[in-house]
Amino acid sequence: MKILKIFIIIFLFISFSSLKSNEKNNELKNKILKNVRCLICQGQSVYDSESDFASSIKLIVDRKINEGLKEESIYEFLKEKYGDWIIYDPKLNKNTYVLWLLPLLLFLLGGVIMKKKLKF
Amino acid sequence: MKNKLILSITIIFLSFCFVVFYKGLNNSNTYTPQINDKKNIPIFKAKDFNSNIYTNSEKIFEEDIFYIVNIWASWCVPCRTEHPTLMELSKSQSVKLIGLNYRDNQINAKNFINEFGNPYSQILIDKDGTLGIEFGAYGVPETFVIDRNKKIIRKFVGPINQEIADEIKLIIK
Repeated sequence: MKILKIFIIIFLFISFSSLKSNEKNNELKNKILKNVRCLICQGQSVYDSESDFASSIKLIVDRKINEGLKEESIYEFLKEKYGDWIIYDPKLNKNTYVLWLLPLLLFLLGGVIMKKKLKF
Repeated sequence: MKNKLILSITIIFLSFCFVVFYKGLNNSNTYTPQINDKKNIPIFKAKDFNSNIYTNSEKIFEEDIFYIVNIWASWCVPCRTEHPTLMELSKSQSVKLIGLNYRDNQINAKNFINEFGNPYSQILIDKDGTLGIEFGAYGVPETFVIDRNKKIIRKFVGPINQEIADEIKLIIK
């Protein structure tokens, strides 16, 4: 009877951890899919799109997560195939530095103008 | 003097904005991934269309020749347009055509090949479209030229025509 109890506890523990891990993988999958642009319906993320391309990307991302790849590695894989544009959150590089630095420059310029006007 | 400077800066800034937006209007708002660098062919396993037996990329691209990977489907209308050009390309001895049957019904695909001819030395099944993703494709038809070093050197989105076929012939010469 005692052995049976131990077996049940172990079984429940394994099932619970497997459920928890699936939930974690699903969260990661959704996070990645929301940050990937669908190249067929270009206004939508892969998460929202129902196109053939999007469903194939969903399968690939799922497969890569199960293979143990990290979020960044999956983005790198997609960027290597389709370029930086496929990711909604572009990283700082030679093509995007204006995008990243212009708001900062305008902010600093605004600060300088304000300082001169307000004279503090 | 100060007012003139402000006016000049404003005019320059507005002209800059005008040029940027005008150029933006002329650009296509549809993004097409380009191949700028040579990329290695993906490592994959796929089912052979005729034998239904799994094969791998090493076996498929084992010969020291050029390869053309063409993604096609029986339901794809532009694939019918490009088929005669593929048939013509398949006559060349220096290249092998590999077909990637994309999200298709196998019976319909077989009928397509029986009706229009088979330009491919091997056809692979891509039932869920993931093999196409490994190649960097996002639709159908798409064609990739692979050189002797097993690198993807050219990618053509959409049906290939005589002009593209001539370009491919020059590459594989």
